[in-house]
Amino acid sequence: MSDHGMFGTHGTGDTSGYGGLVRSAATTGSSERPYGSYFDDVADDLERAYPAFSDAIERVVVDRGELTLHVKREKLVEVSKILRDSLKFEMCMGVSGVHYPEQSGRELHAVYPLLSITNNRRIRLEVSVPDNDAHIPSVVEVWAGNNWHERETFDMFGIIFDGHPGLTRILMPDDWQGHPQRKDYALGGIPVEYKGATIPAPDERRSYR
Amino acid sequence: MTTFTDPYSSSRETTEGTVFSVTGGDWNELVTEIGATKEEHIVVNMGPQHPSTHGVLRLVLELEGETVTEVRCGIGYLHTGIEKNIEYRSWTQGVTFVTRMDYLSPLFNETAYCLATEKLLGITNDVPERASAIRVLMMELNRISSHMVALGTGALELGAITPMFFAFRERERVLDIFEMISGLRMNMAYIRPGGVQQDLPAGATQKIRETVKEMRKAFKDNATLLIGNSIWMKRTVGIGYLDLAGCTTLGITGPVLRSTGLPWDLRKTQPYCGYENYDFDVVTTDTCDVYGRFLVRMNELEQSLRIIEQACDKIDKLAGAPVMVADKKIAWPAQLAMGGDGLGNSLDHIREIMGTSMESLIHHFKLVTEGFRVPAGQVYAAVESPRGELGAHIVSDGGTRPYRMHFREPSFNNLQSTSAMCEGSMVADIIGAVASIDPVMGGVDR
Amino acid sequence: MAPRWIGMGLIMGLEEKLPSGFVLTTVEKLAGYMRKNSLWPATFGLACCAIEMMAVGSAAKYDISRFGMEVFRASPRQADLMIVAGRVSNKMAPVLRQIYDQMAAPKWVLAMGACASSGGMFNNYAIVQGVDHVVPVDIYLPGCPPRPEMLMDAILKLHSSIYDEKLGPNREAVIKSVEEAAMNALPTHQMKGLLA
Repeated sequence: MSDHGMFGTHGTGDTSGYGGLVRSAATTGSSERPYGSYFDDVADDLERAYPAFSDAIERVVVDRGELTLHVKREKLVEVSKILRDSLKFEMCMGVSGVHYPEQSGRELHAVYPLLSITNNRRIRLEVSVPDNDAHIPSVVEVWAGNNWHERETFDMFGIIFDGHPGLTRILMPDDWQGHPQRKDYALGGIPVEYKGATIPAPDERRSYR
Repeated sequence: MTTFTDPYSSSRETTEGTVFSVTGGDWNELVTEIGATKEEHIVVNMGPQHPSTHGVLRLVLELEGETVTEVRCGIGYLHTGIEKNIEYRSWTQGVTFVTRMDYLSPLFNETAYCLATEKLLGITNDVPERASAIRVLMMELNRISSHMVALGTGALELGAITPMFFAFRERERVLDIFEMISGLRMNMAYIRPGGVQQDLPAGATQKIRETVKEMRKAFKDNATLLIGNSIWMKRTVGIGYLDLAGCTTLGITGPVLRSTGLPWDLRKTQPYCGYENYDFDVVTTDTCDVYGRFLVRMNELEQSLRIIEQACDKIDKLAGAPVMVADKKIAWPAQLAMGGDGLGNSLDHIREIMGTSMESLIHHFKLVTEGFRVPAGQVYAAVESPRGELGAHIVSDGGTRPYRMHFREPSFNNLQSTSAMCEGSMVADIIGAVASIDPVMGGVDR
Repeated sequence: MAPRWIGMGLIMGLEEKLPSGFVLTTVEKLAGYMRKNSLWPATFGLACCAIEMMAVGSAAKYDISRFGMEVFRASPRQADLMIVAGRVSNKMAPVLRQIYDQMAAPKWVLAMGACASSGGMFNNYAIVQGVDHVVPVDIYLPGCPPRPEMLMDAILKLHSSIYDEKLGPNREAVIKSVEEAAMNALPTHQMKGLLA
């Protein structure tokens, strides 16, 4: 630790006071009935069509005008089939992976936005799996369009979709090591040097979290 | 060998094998003899560098003669890691990254991102009406320029070279308008969370109205060249067939879905940015083939012109209204204007923050370097881009940067249908089918 | 600029054997004049810059067929100039190199846009930080994306440098002097600009 006296920064130099704040992105609570708008209808229809509703659905979150059903991964295919056939959510808009490293036991989330053309509705399914056992059953048999989306989520996050017809890397080269969009994967990037000054790569710069 | 008593054919054994001499009449017998040998399947790679594949798309074809038995798409050659990059940028800087995903329709990317951010911020109803009208105007202009590229390159790939010149001529007109309004022809980063970057310059609506008149006349050039053209129809009618069941299971939206007859258009069914106040029709055809999609795109051009005229009227009525949300904690601090030296500047604002108010200076500084904070949560916002439903799924952790941003790109889903469309057809039909899907690899690979 | 392909040991032919001096100067000028006046680009449009390249090539408003360049050859064997237009990802880099290798000498490379020149705004795991990591570049064109007029300006500058290219012993002298200059040049981190 070199001696700067009173001058110069120690550490990041961020004096905003927010540097030590640890924020959690995912909510843990569940919304209560009535959910509002068409969400109650969706929940009622789902309960009627799928009596084991409370086994499969862990939480229901209504936030910012959108309904999220947190589903247990074992029941994902069943719930998807019922949503597609009885509740007419014909289209799945893909799979989006999110990595929450601080939620131990549920680090990797896969989000499936669903669209019902018949009823003009949108809901979202969310499945959480732990890092050391990142397996989710594939919904390709329910919505064939998720084929490439699941490959992309595997490529970027390492979630393995059981039952997928061909789970290989799709965006990165086939022999790439690592899953880039995880939070523990560095952004890569090189420092840029120009006439004596160096700008570090974006993930190394002073952060205003 | 067998003893042939047929007067029309004979065979004899040679060192090369059996040689058949056929003089007519028993082709069937001959073919069954030969048919016992195995057929040849060739694997052909239409590699990532190819003039006809709309960017860096790799198609691996398995051919049996001229018929395609299998098509597999290889993508990822343009993967840029935009989604991960945004996690290290502020919310406003995210617009500049997002705009380069689907580079033919940059404003749609920006709008999806900004709508999602505004939903997270809770200011969807606070975005000024003039800003929404400008967004609609820019988006419809972008739809025209994107369809022009789709039509031009699609026609070029199928051998019709002249439509490309006409299409790019119209595109140049639209790009001139973009340059006048935002300063850039492509990748403008014009639509920001909370509104738009700066107001329209004086005379913009006038110029847009003139251009609309010229474009209406000019679209007829391409229409007369292609619609009803027997060569064009032979290349496109019945090609790339994908009906409604196929579209819904593959999650396909946009002109491909509307060519099956289903009038699904997010601007009508789940309107955003005030689209419910505009008068336009949803264009459909019901032939489910390349020709149907081509007609859908041509007619959508006219509908876009209608919306543009209505948006111009609205903008003229709202002259002087703000174009950024009123909340000073979110809005970009300076309203830019063209300075005397041709550079963007806002001299009043600079005078204020440098001369009068220290707090304004600090506020400006914090807003620009750190950015505003967005409350935690996740949201999915979708717009109807020229290729289909473009959805932004954004997760925020309450900070100044997105925690996770994922774009559901229409081209990503639509490209999955190449196998369904092309297997069983001939090699030349693949080009037409891929051109009708209109994939933009920047969006597919992000 | 030193012609890069000479390092690959390709013999140029008769003009190598001619003596230096007046005769060779005229041959140089003739060869340069012919080479620059119908430079056929190879299609290597990757991303947004490719659209601006198409705008230049499509003769709608900005027209490169006035230089004889509107024929974008799909086959690299027939192309002279590779305009790398757009961001080159790690997956695409071997393809880029293969296309470059398949081009017949003389060949030139124009790195169009910020992403091709230096990685642009994408300083991350997926993008090659500058196409000169993969192929030797003759002229860099900044912009995001560069306007069609900028592309034409870069092409014209390339034309004039092709015109001035030397042959035979003159070329070897040029290569030597360029190499010496590079060896004795001030390293970037020792340059004192406005930031120091």
